[in-house]
Amino acid sequence: MMLIPFMTAGFPTVETFWKNLKELDENGADIIEIGVPFSDPVADGPVIEAASMKALENGVTLESILEGLRQRKGQFKAKLVLMGYLNPFLQYGFERLAKESQEIGIYGFIIPDLPLDEDAPYRKQLSACGIHLIALVAPNTSLERMKAYAEVATGYVYVISVLGITGVRSEFPPDLSDTLRRARKAFRIPLALGFGFSSPEQLDAIPVADRPDAIIFGSALIRHISAGLPVADFMRRWVGKV
Amino acid sequence: MRKGYFGDFGGCFVPESLVPPLQELEAAMAKFLPDPQFQAELSDLLCNYAGRETPLTFCPTLSKRLGLNLYLKREDLLHTGAHKVNNTLGQALLAKRMGKTSLLAETGAGMHGVATAAAAARLGLTCRIFMGADDVIRQAANVRRMKLLGTEVIAVESGTRTLKDAINAALREWVVTQKTTHYCFGTAAGPHPFPLLVRDFQCVIGRETRQQMLDRTGRLPDAVVACVGGGSNAIGMFHPFVDDPSVRIIGVEAGGTGEPGCYHSAALGRGTPGVLHGEYTMLLQDRNGQIEPSHSVSAGLDYPGVGPEHAMLQATKRAEYHPVIDRQALAAFQALCHEEGIIPALESSHALAWVLDNPGQFAKGANVVVNLSGRGDKDMDIIRKELGI
Repeated sequence: MMLIPFMTAGFPTVETFWKNLKELDENGADIIEIGVPFSDPVADGPVIEAASMKALENGVTLESILEGLRQRKGQFKAKLVLMGYLNPFLQYGFERLAKESQEIGIYGFIIPDLPLDEDAPYRKQLSACGIHLIALVAPNTSLERMKAYAEVATGYVYVISVLGITGVRSEFPPDLSDTLRRARKAFRIPLALGFGFSSPEQLDAIPVADRPDAIIFGSALIRHISAGLPVADFMRRWVGKV
Repeated sequence: MRKGYFGDFGGCFVPESLVPPLQELEAAMAKFLPDPQFQAELSDLLCNYAGRETPLTFCPTLSKRLGLNLYLKREDLLHTGAHKVNNTLGQALLAKRMGKTSLLAETGAGMHGVATAAAAARLGLTCRIFMGADDVIRQAANVRRMKLLGTEVIAVESGTRTLKDAINAALREWVVTQKTTHYCFGTAAGPHPFPLLVRDFQCVIGRETRQQMLDRTGRLPDAVVACVGGGSNAIGMFHPFVDDPSVRIIGVEAGGTGEPGCYHSAALGRGTPGVLHGEYTMLLQDRNGQIEPSHSVSAGLDYPGVGPEHAMLQATKRAEYHPVIDRQALAAFQALCHEEGIIPALESSHALAWVLDNPGQFAKGANVVVNLSGRGDKDMDIIRKELGI
């Protein structure tokens, strides 16, 4: 199973973030989602929101993130995905963003406040630069709507485990298998499950046949980093266990 | 026009998990709003519970001073003290039709919170209100009113601890509670279909004004003026006059303290386009797209965005938008108290202030209607502090 850690850029400090990014890459991350901080992160829980605020205080901007990635181009084995709300991307200039991301070698974008009904112009610009716009689906996304996403979605699919915001949960809702089954039926690309993972044992609750192709963890990793612990330790809990 | 758009503005920029409840709401609007039974029930509540129709008051003293005929649309006389109840009764009734058992809302000054709490109590729905922690302090009287009405008030500690953060928190809560809960959005902004829904319920203001002016003066007003925060009282007044080119449409935004570089709430006058709270609209933001804190002496105007229809009316030049600073609004507040015996909300005082300070903008004897969107009782603590009364 692929491992997809999420980490807010510039958290807890700019230097530590870049060090942690390298460390995640060297310790089993297949894809790394880099959070672009925004002042009003409506889809996020308190842990990632606080990390975003800290990053903004640290002076992090989309421009500085892209510049940092440009300097480190070619140094990562993992695929890199930028995850953030639409407005900072919009203000940077979406076309310019797509072009520069292509030069840097960004694999994809996740934009939580850009659902299918609004995403066409943005998907087109990214796709023209060979970059994926990762689809998000939730427990209340119907099979019909998942199929509509499947017609345009590339890369992988971000399956949200619960109706809620990002954050660690001790258990998953009973309808998780239904959500995963619907997604499997609709999509031909890998399914990555996110929102709530804190330990590999949580996967045991999902029937083997329904398990996703990848898991995403954000809040648990951010908390680990907040505690001042090395990200390599965090990755060791997962590598080879799932 | 694209669905959910007003010109270039509007749309539905929300997390996927909020798309189904917004689609459910859109379907319910199409099904229930045209229903004569629904409209009859709403009309009964508006008349016999909330106190419609509201008077159109001529202001003899100020009119004489200004050299024009100044009328006030008296939304301040409505139950709960502002225009907000037009919208909350409509949405609460719709929520009942949709089979929801709870309402959820954000509030800034607390007027929408109180109006939602009252509608919920009246219609037998439970209610939770999210309010920025700073607003909880500066609008303490409204917090007590909401609690008396049986509503739970949740203080939001994140971000700038004001309205925008209350909206973030309410949207997050709605993701979790959408099955049983209707999000009773307070202004004609946010993701589609809220700008349409709230406008539909607030248009009663402009429709009544139109008829009252025809009855009283035999013609349409020369200008209608309203304050704009999110913009619900204003769009309610403006929308029924949009197709009447003879009627000048004037929105007034909060300009803050007026000091150079001060925070303010003039998203239309000094903002730039972007996406916040589900809509593409005019915003106060920095060059990196981070939302900037807003400020106004009136909590109800203290918001860094604005409804998409106002953004369109400005872009098409059908309406004009001007800033008024705190000091001007406070002076207009006092003028209306002294000259006409009416204590207005500080929000509405902004609209009045622009007319009082710019009489030369109107022809002599022009008929000008200011929407007096709310009463000033809630502002007594601020007035005490600002004016030392």
